Amino acid sequence: MLKTEELQINIGPQHPSTHGVFRMIVTVDGETITDLKPVFGYLHRNHEQIAEQNTYLQNMPYTDRLDYFNSMANNQAYAMAVEQLVGIEVPERAEYLRVMMVELTRILNHAGALGFLINDMGMWQTQLAFGMREREKILDLFESASGARLMCNYFRFGGVVRDLPPDFIPRLKELLQAMPAFVDELERLLRENEILMQRAEGIGILPRDLALAYSVSGPVLRGSGIPYDVRKAEPYSVYDRFDFDVPVGTVGDVYDRFLVRIEEMRQSRRILQQVIEQLPDAQGGHINPKARQNVRPPVGDVYARIESPKGELGFYLVSDGSGKPYRYKVRAPSFINLTPLGDMCRGYKVADVVVILGSIDIVMGEVDR
Amino acid sequence: MPRLDATDLRERMARDLPGAVLEAVPLQVAAAPAHGPQPGAFMTSDTLVAPSRLVEAACYLRDLLGYAYLSDIAVVDYLADDLFELVYRFYHVEGGEGLTIKVRIPRDHPEVPSLTPAWPGANFHEREAFDLYGIVFVGHPFLRRIYMWDEFEGFPMRKDFPKQGDKYIGADE
Repeated sequence: MLKTEELQINIGPQHPSTHGVFRMIVTVDGETITDLKPVFGYLHRNHEQIAEQNTYLQNMPYTDRLDYFNSMANNQAYAMAVEQLVGIEVPERAEYLRVMMVELTRILNHAGALGFLINDMGMWQTQLAFGMREREKILDLFESASGARLMCNYFRFGGVVRDLPPDFIPRLKELLQAMPAFVDELERLLRENEILMQRAEGIGILPRDLALAYSVSGPVLRGSGIPYDVRKAEPYSVYDRFDFDVPVGTVGDVYDRFLVRIEEMRQSRRILQQVIEQLPDAQGGHINPKARQNVRPPVGDVYARIESPKGELGFYLVSDGSGKPYRYKVRAPSFINLTPLGDMCRGYKVADVVVILGSIDIVMGEVDR
Repeated sequence: MPRLDATDLRERMARDLPGAVLEAVPLQVAAAPAHGPQPGAFMTSDTLVAPSRLVEAACYLRDLLGYAYLSDIAVVDYLADDLFELVYRFYHVEGGEGLTIKVRIPRDHPEVPSLTPAWPGANFHEREAFDLYGIVFVGHPFLRRIYMWDEFEGFPMRKDFPKQGDKYIGADE
């Protein structure tokens, strides 16, 4: 075999395929990657320390900025942590509204992420526009409920800030009816395309045991064949009332992670249909009227976690009895899912790096914090 | 689904790893409010492990009890007690509640053995703790700053880090 000299190249920080300001120092032997070191911090703003200067309620809109694709999911994890710390009860109806918003978030996140993934594979812009088109419809729903499209700031301690507008449920039903066609279309795009399959199958393999050792979570972990989903493993909110499946992959390559996300969109649709059925019978209003927003929790610590679209999102809070958190720690799924990136890329070609990175689905606002 | 809580874990670890479990001392959380009642002592219900036995205790959780998913490592700076507390959180893959072990180390000598050689998933958690708190993880293969730039001095998440007028901003601006 021809011997070639090893070369170090930088991918990023300014690169359209790194999904933000992210740099990878790649050592290549010809076209083959022998080592990869991620470098981040370009978006670091010490989120945790700023949050420790804020009151508990001031942090609610600040969590929107972590993973700006999924502001509703961030809100839920943070609200749950504070509610457990203070001991606030959430009415049944509010729990259903929360689940509804987070499952819609999951659909829009996966629609966007899969659009970007196929974009990274070189099928330029077409399917990204498809994904963004679906995302727009959900963002319109969010706007009608919360007043904002991206930074929703919809959750409060003890519920959500306001009830749904009257036309929300009919519009949601319409959206769910049109959804299977879109999901099938997105799946067909990859499955029936020889070129894209070549870029996805057998690329970026993360074996089952390694996935667990690297403590990845979300679709990356499930793509490697481990059926771990916080919604099932440690049910929170009202998730124990819904009937849904946890899709898993077999090999743990890019293709498996793609399929897991496709199937999760279908399962989210199933959950949303059950939410619509059960919502009229739910007790209580959209918020617990006794819940104070200006909280001063008793001294103690708490960890609350949810299954965000990107993986396990957790908040660790320590209270010193004042109105501001003494310690505020975010367990960011995108950040931890990047740990095995070097191992996943080793042995593949330079062009595969962007595809593997796209299949992890990161948002730098959450990685760098 | 395994059902172990903190008390069970303490009993088992006291039996199988003698000397590893420490008796928890209540913590005084600093930053008393300007008015109102003084905060009370904060007593943890989680298992407190001796720093030198940390790797052993973590491997015990993984290999014997099956808690193989290391979810989170958090550091808390208890300035009033002059110590750092590290919070390690483990979950079972089959579900159920997690188990937490805590380690307390002195602020002036923040050293703790690294989990990364046994548990590659601890890598970024530990680098983050080193970057923001200055915890030295002995045995970590690549203990470098992860968020701040390499030349940065000080550890920004520590409670005694100056919040204003540091040399990077300039005194007059």
